[in-house]
Amino acid sequence: MSVLPADVADLIGQVQYEETGKFPVEQGYIWTAVSSVENGNPLFWDGVVADELTAGPIAPPSMLSTWFRPHHWAPGRTKQALPLQVHFDLKERLDLPEAVMSDNSLTFYEPVRPGDVLSTRQVLRSVSDEKTTKLGTGRFWEIDVEYRNQNGDLVGVESWTGFGYRR
Amino acid sequence: MTVLYDDVKEGLALEPLSYDVSSTTVVLGALATRDWRPQHHDFHFATERNGVRDIFLNAPNQAAWFERYVTDWTGPRGRLGRMRFRMKGSVFPGDTMVFTGTVTGTEVDDTGCAWAEVEVTVKVGDEVKTTCAVRVALPTDPEDNPWSRRGDRWQP
Repeated sequence: MSVLPADVADLIGQVQYEETGKFPVEQGYIWTAVSSVENGNPLFWDGVVADELTAGPIAPPSMLSTWFRPHHWAPGRTKQALPLQVHFDLKERLDLPEAVMSDNSLTFYEPVRPGDVLSTRQVLRSVSDEKTTKLGTGRFWEIDVEYRNQNGDLVGVESWTGFGYRR
Repeated sequence: MTVLYDDVKEGLALEPLSYDVSSTTVVLGALATRDWRPQHHDFHFATERNGVRDIFLNAPNQAAWFERYVTDWTGPRGRLGRMRFRMKGSVFPGDTMVFTGTVTGTEVDDTGCAWAEVEVTVKVGDEVKTTCAVRVALPTDPEDNPWSRRGDRWQP
């Protein structure tokens, strides 16, 4: 079993990749998302219901991470932008070419609204010893992503467990 | 329809939801969550690089399915506090996924907010694909609105 490199161990608990979103939360994407799962909740379709319950339109809470995934292409970009960069950093640093996500936890605070511009930061919480699963041999890791709106209000925390492996 | 806290007891079973998954379901769900990774739209990448039998539902889209399933039950006043899901297997085009849910606990917290804990399972045939523990706030009476809670009055 190989030892976890010291530079990776040092990253545990460190705040990384503090960023502000490149685009505002927008209504059209909210409708695309609820349509994709045939979610008829009137909160997302009926302005009267949204005004009554949430003082105007909001995004489905489960869309939290959607607002931070980079465009597939953007002018002037020379390398691929990746969401959850800490995850991809670990794959590269630990030479684990494949990865899957096994656990995802979402905690929701202030509602996200059209027009909001969110900011985020990532924290690596843990990296396991080497494990062998039916997929291959690699390591599990846990990453927290914290999201705030333009007023500094916490809107959500997302925790991911990933497994990077070699087949 | 709105479910009120007093109507909910531990052991209550939610109405199942069955859905036939197609390639469109998978691709639409990936793009709706801005997930451009090829295993969710490229058959050859999924089979040859990931070693699975087809493209498969991505995690953020599964979260959207769980939200839909739980709020179909609660009505619009139901407010999600927390979701934790565990993926045990992938859901592929051609699968019929079946959501079932059971209330595993209820409580009114120190701020007066009423909560139900719901364990949701997605199965394809007899195989459990994903489980999700959901904590959802429910109104205590027809006038109560969990969405009005802010700051210390919201403890998800």
